[in-house]
Amino acid sequence: MISARNVGVRLDSRSILDDVSLDVLRGEVLTLVGPNGAGKSTLLAVLSGDRKPDSGTVTVDGRDIGGIRHAELARLRAVLTQENSVSFPFRVSEVVAMGRSPWARSIESRDDVAVVNQALEATDVAHLGERRYTTLSGGEKARVSLARVLAQHTPVVFLDEPTAALDLRHQEEVMRAAKIMAGEGRAVVVVLHDLSLAGAYSDRLALVAHGRLEAIGTPSEVLTAERVERVYGLPVDLHDVGGHPVVVPRR
Amino acid sequence: MTHSLRALTLTLTLAALLVGGIVASAVLGQLPVSPAEVGGSLLRAIGIGNDWAPSESIVESTLWVVRFPRIAMALVVGAALAVAGAVMQAIFGNPLAEPGVVGVSSGAALGAAIAIVIGVAALGDSAIALLAFVGGLLATLLVYFVSRANGRTEVVTLLLTGIAVNAFAGAGLAFLLFVAESGSREQIVFWQLGSLNGSRWGEVLIVALVTAVGLAAALVLARPFDLLALGERNARHLGVNVERLRIVSIVIVALLTGVAVAFCGIIAFVGLVVPHAMRMVIGPAHRQLIVASAVGGGVLLVLSDLLARSVVAGGDLPIGLLTSLVGGPFFFYLLFRQRKRSGGWA
Repeated sequence: MISARNVGVRLDSRSILDDVSLDVLRGEVLTLVGPNGAGKSTLLAVLSGDRKPDSGTVTVDGRDIGGIRHAELARLRAVLTQENSVSFPFRVSEVVAMGRSPWARSIESRDDVAVVNQALEATDVAHLGERRYTTLSGGEKARVSLARVLAQHTPVVFLDEPTAALDLRHQEEVMRAAKIMAGEGRAVVVVLHDLSLAGAYSDRLALVAHGRLEAIGTPSEVLTAERVERVYGLPVDLHDVGGHPVVVPRR
Repeated sequence: MTHSLRALTLTLTLAALLVGGIVASAVLGQLPVSPAEVGGSLLRAIGIGNDWAPSESIVESTLWVVRFPRIAMALVVGAALAVAGAVMQAIFGNPLAEPGVVGVSSGAALGAAIAIVIGVAALGDSAIALLAFVGGLLATLLVYFVSRANGRTEVVTLLLTGIAVNAFAGAGLAFLLFVAESGSREQIVFWQLGSLNGSRWGEVLIVALVTAVGLAAALVLARPFDLLALGERNARHLGVNVERLRIVSIVIVALLTGVAVAFCGIIAFVGLVVPHAMRMVIGPAHRQLIVASAVGGGVLLVLSDLLARSVVAGGDLPIGLLTSLVGGPFFFYLLFRQRKRSGGWA
């Protein structure tokens, strides 16, 4: 679906990403993990077409992503960013409906109401529909923004730390929603910090460190105690819970 | 109240204020005219003969040469300024952005003053309008690119930039006042204060045309403006060409402000008060907001102008003075509320 080849990004002669190649595939959850400042968000920005790489190529089904118009790209991929403030007091239902705007004047727009309602349900914010977005709590804002991204209903979905502001139950629900989208044949790319959460819900993990792709593969292939210790600089124990790796720092 | 009920109430209230304001403006003045004469004169103008129409030509000419053009000017200038305010707030992502506050109006006034002093004004009204537009455009561009970070504008940055632009334009105006001949000097003072006195049909037509174009363009962009409230990056993810939207919006703001300032001088705070009031009633969605602001701005200026010319007997207060008198405290209130809510001047 989306392919990055030898991608490099530099900022003031400092290398942020260096020679990264990976494929985003339909029907799977691909999670990007790595320490702070490793380049995960930059990689997400490059894959989603937000940022033009300084070297290498990013293609969507063989087409250069830089050559795709804004309006068309908005029908191909949705992005949940970490920054989700809204300048004016729009209602929650209005904010989520904004996710439908790329489909205005297309055949898909007849499903607008159903898709919006589904997104409100999936993120557990249907009861907030009439509230002003600006009056919500941080976690509620995060879920409403996720609902907006779901409503965009694109073949590729990027989620940059979607669980950051959420409680335990909502974290699980978000990742389950990601899994469901992948089950529908869509490609889901998530940036996560919680390695155990990543291990439980990802089909593939990409570990990014110092701007390079350290490892990519299934969670149990990537998450070895030795590798996690080396990349994060912290001794950890790895446990196996129901076939998924769980990472616990040695305290 | 449901949304549609609110919208209906607002429409009816605005319509009542509009009709009341227009009739009162036509009736009141040094030469009293009865409401029946006003109605009769209007009906006769569209070809319906009637008995109410004024028989004295002095009444007829007072209405058609002095009062009606002035009312029409108040309507279109009010609409232009309020829509400019709404558009500016949309692209700055900040409800405190306003052409007067951030210095677009004084930029336009400086442009107009330059036109007067170097004498291109002799080429006609459109030369003043053109330089006012250029001045407004430069000021908008400057404020926009200086005061924004990460797709939003913080209040402090916005206001400080506004202070700088206003100070510079003020110095420019003062210099021009200093070097100008007494005739030009009077004209420049007029620009600084703002007044609808002496509006002529030809001027009204120019302002009306530009306002119509600006309003139409703003309405076309209403949906992208909504999406821009999510922040620039998110708007781009939803297919908005943010760069193009920005440029077009800046031109719209400069056009609307420039044409208003060119013919009526600086009338501040209309673009702040009106969109804010409308947003409180019907919510922030831009299509309705822009339409409501256009009408609300017209209503506000018709009423303000009525007040401006009747509060001092026989005198004509500059309308810009009046709107600032009301708008200043209102701006302070908004600022105070925003500070309380965000716990600082962010």
